[in-house]
Amino acid sequence: MTAAQALALRRLLEQGLPRVSRPYQALAEQIGTDETQVLGQMRQWHAQGLFRRIGLVLNHRALGFTANAMLVLDVPDALIDEVGQRLGHAPGISLCYQRPRRLPQWRYNLFCMVHGRQRERVEAQIRQMLEAHLLSDLPHQLLFSSHAFKQCGGRFAPLPSGVPAHG
Amino acid sequence: MDLDLLSRQLIDRFQHGMPLCAEPYLEMARVLSCSEAQVLACLQRLELAGALSRVGPVFEHSRAGASTLAALAVPAERLHQVAERVSQYPEVNHNYGREHHYNLWFVLTGPDRRHIERVLEELERDTGLAPLDLPMLTAYRIDLGFALGENP
Repeated sequence: MTAAQALALRRLLEQGLPRVSRPYQALAEQIGTDETQVLGQMRQWHAQGLFRRIGLVLNHRALGFTANAMLVLDVPDALIDEVGQRLGHAPGISLCYQRPRRLPQWRYNLFCMVHGRQRERVEAQIRQMLEAHLLSDLPHQLLFSSHAFKQCGGRFAPLPSGVPAHG
Repeated sequence: MDLDLLSRQLIDRFQHGMPLCAEPYLEMARVLSCSEAQVLACLQRLELAGALSRVGPVFEHSRAGASTLAALAVPAERLHQVAERVSQYPEVNHNYGREHHYNLWFVLTGPDRRHIERVLEELERDTGLAPLDLPMLTAYRIDLGFALGENP
């Protein structure tokens, strides 16, 4: 597979697999190669860790998970790994990342995502989690989502040269 | 939405991983003891209901390119207009309003860090608002899937 074909394949994959019996055959036809080449490239990328997972990508809001909260905490730098590991493995936390502070505008350096069906229950769950880990005294805020303006997969692969990146 | 049994089984079994082979939907049907046509029809129903955004790989940000979480503090009366401007970028995948002084939060992805910085600079010029740029430093948990029954 040429570099141009591999790039074209990545761009197609970012939009999802075709839902036909032989999706990799369909992708192969679009980029001018064959199914074996595409499957071989997929297995290589998978082994290299380019994918977090291959599977169903859901829209949690449509499934009733409308209480989407981002918990942000200001954790002393010396404790960030310990607190991150503990909260990252707490039940109900779906993402847990360290991000940089941007002082003076933004003091928080640990971000956790919680998806729930009811706001009050998400608030209670987070309160209990912080108490259980003796972290209630850390400065923190809970940012509930008020509106989903856009939700889709990432677009990493550069566009072919000559095409503007955005209109 | 209410989920039928096959939808639940498909989500629970294949959200985190599906077969990587020439006929993945047929293989999924074998696992769930149904037909390939039923699997494809079920995925179609989930998509039409808005519950399924796609089937396929979720790219690892750090391997696939660069990404950041950005936030803007937008005057309330301009929130929808600025949100629309932000959503226009193909580089933006998630864009949420949140209850906070920083009330617009979005994830930017691109082939490299410079590309992300150019988009942020352009947004600042266009909107007159200075974005927070918060790239991931350490991932303690990256599981994007979730169990239907476990969350509050």
